[in-house]
Amino acid sequence: MSEVTRAQRDAARPRPPVSGASLLWVVLPLLALVLSTVWLVGSDWLRAFDTGAPPVEKLTFERTILDGDGIHVTVRAGGSEPVTIAQVQVDDAYWTFRQEPPGPLDRLAAAWLHIPYPWVLGEKHEIKVVSKTGTTFKKEIEVAVPTPQPQIGVLGPQALLGAFVGIVPVVIGMLFYPALRGFGGQRMNFLLALTVGLLVFLFIDSLKEAIEFGIKAASAFQGIAMVLVVAAIAFIVLFVVGRRHGTPTGVALAAYIALGIGLHNFGEGLAIGAAFAAGVAGLGMFLVMGFTLHNVTEGIGIVAPLLDSRPSFPTFVWLALLAGAPAIPGLWLGSVSYAPQWSALALAIGAGAILQVIVEVSAYLAQSAAKRGERWMTPSALAGLVVGLGVMYATAILVKV
Amino acid sequence: MATGGAVITALTATQRAGAQAPTMHPHQAALGETKPSHYGHGNMITVGDVDLARNGFDPTALLTDWERGTVSRLPDGRTLRTFEIVGEDKEIEVAPGIMFPAWTFNGRVPGPTLRATEGERLRIVFKNQGSHTHTMHFHGIHSARMDGIPGAGEVLPGGEFTYEFDALPFGCHLYHCHSLPLKRHIHKGMYGAFIVDPDPERHPEQALIARTRLLGTPENKNWQELVMVMNGFDTNFDNENEIYAVHSVAHHFSKHPIRIDRARPVRIYLVNVLEFDLINSFHLHANFFDYFDHGTTLTPTLKTVDTIMQCQAQRGILEFTYQKHETGLYMFHAHQSEFAELGWMGMFDVAEATS
Repeated sequence: MSEVTRAQRDAARPRPPVSGASLLWVVLPLLALVLSTVWLVGSDWLRAFDTGAPPVEKLTFERTILDGDGIHVTVRAGGSEPVTIAQVQVDDAYWTFRQEPPGPLDRLAAAWLHIPYPWVLGEKHEIKVVSKTGTTFKKEIEVAVPTPQPQIGVLGPQALLGAFVGIVPVVIGMLFYPALRGFGGQRMNFLLALTVGLLVFLFIDSLKEAIEFGIKAASAFQGIAMVLVVAAIAFIVLFVVGRRHGTPTGVALAAYIALGIGLHNFGEGLAIGAAFAAGVAGLGMFLVMGFTLHNVTEGIGIVAPLLDSRPSFPTFVWLALLAGAPAIPGLWLGSVSYAPQWSALALAIGAGAILQVIVEVSAYLAQSAAKRGERWMTPSALAGLVVGLGVMYATAILVKV
Repeated sequence: MATGGAVITALTATQRAGAQAPTMHPHQAALGETKPSHYGHGNMITVGDVDLARNGFDPTALLTDWERGTVSRLPDGRTLRTFEIVGEDKEIEVAPGIMFPAWTFNGRVPGPTLRATEGERLRIVFKNQGSHTHTMHFHGIHSARMDGIPGAGEVLPGGEFTYEFDALPFGCHLYHCHSLPLKRHIHKGMYGAFIVDPDPERHPEQALIARTRLLGTPENKNWQELVMVMNGFDTNFDNENEIYAVHSVAHHFSKHPIRIDRARPVRIYLVNVLEFDLINSFHLHANFFDYFDHGTTLTPTLKTVDTIMQCQAQRGILEFTYQKHETGLYMFHAHQSEFAELGWMGMFDVAEATS
């Protein structure tokens, strides 16, 4: 049956009117839900399961800010009943604190704890929150440094740093474009496979980082599930949008690659910013050069689908910005100390976007090989894949903070 | 010095006037600001106050709360002193807002301070209304049957046992539950001080000193006697204490300094029952004391010291005076800084007699 006839037949068939009966079958299940809830709350038969055990309490630390007034942390509650914070210890000493807003914390509610503690630059501190039931929740501050304040004076240098690790290497990679233009056949295969390899590495990296942040988030967010669900949605949406007009090729494909890489660089910016804010990394020249080297391959990957076409100069400019510039807002956000679930979310979207371009570049590789009447899985394609993965892994050694 | 004294006096007055109020404004003291919100501890303090009425005991009142039992005569003319003790489960607030599911003697932690006189016959009727098996094991001289250990005087929930022995030797002692697991039964709160005053007739050569120790004599009335049980609580059951204190409530005596009459000497019956930590200690600021280890002698075992340490169940008597001091707040605390900062810290408010 062809599409046309099916559509015609569907149009011809009269739509059933919204009758009272069908409406009833919407209202009834909802009513059943309400009634069962009322019965559950009203009859309190769950009491039979009450073992007399104290409530399960969970408290997750999100942001940590150190400044001239002391230590400020946000905590988010979880568990079976509201969490009441009774006291706060810092380095095994009870310390005064102010909770904002005060009172018991409902499930998923967050509050600031302001602790006027004279923290010591460069040293380790441990915060222990003691709840009403005597349960303790620990947060380690590995190296105490003042948390950068979002000021104009700091935004400039941070933007420069973001540009250096994000845009500069992508541009450098793109500069290989004229040299690559002459590529055809096996060398083209090699280059596209190399792009797939580097994207696979970025996918693994993004997903790993996203899951790491997801685990740190409050348990009700279901870190790992949230990351995988968001990555899947990002993939599906981009895949469907990308295929509106068939498999993306040329500039469109390059743009999707740039988008995926851009989202990954945003996450990388978050990680760098957070590492410096937490004092766990010194900003060495070695580290910055490492990031630059690591990201050069990305520039080559973006231009790989453009070898057949002749894009204009502005196209290269916005592709470079799309892929590199997100590192700048990433750094800004990362350095002001943010809650882990937001990083997990950003990195998960990045992972989904990268998965989409992995699929599309692979499809493009297969198509262009088929056009030349070749098999796509040739020794040169295999070599490209391995080199792409290997180079990314090797250069990542330089940048793991 | 004069200005310093004035500041201290002013702050003392504030603390006396509003003992509840000034504990809830921690954030006004920014770093680098030198004026602390509380004299002596600044921001190193628990926030809020414990509901002493709900707890059913006030650590300040426990300092001088001697349980004397009921007295009768035995046929041979000796004094028989009978104490009635009930073991019960009770949730107590050990720091503002922190509840601890305790096992108690008479609903308080530490249990009642049993005070007898050397040579008396003692009868301790113990009823166990708790959810677990308990005993009362006294540090003193008694028969094996009266030892209060599994197999000798262990009481099942709902049961009862009467321990009977002579009050010997005189000194500063303690009692605690000896059911197993011992560690859990002790740190859950089953302990108390057991003081045996010397009988002056048995110590003719030191009768005067003995009389100062014998509760109720005119010589004894001149002394300001306090009992202090140093304890701790592992509120999250990880075999480490979250709370250190004298009489259970963290920082109680920092927030409620102990009034001392400058003119009269001070005697402290000090008992350490702290679980998990190897030792505990007592350090007195700006003063020195004589120490009687276990309190079993009438002459000091250590003279002129300002710090002593005690392992678990070790105890002793401290004697000192502020007669030559100016009035003011004098600190005392465990000289394990960690214990002090987790609650085991207090103040003597030395003042002229108000009579």
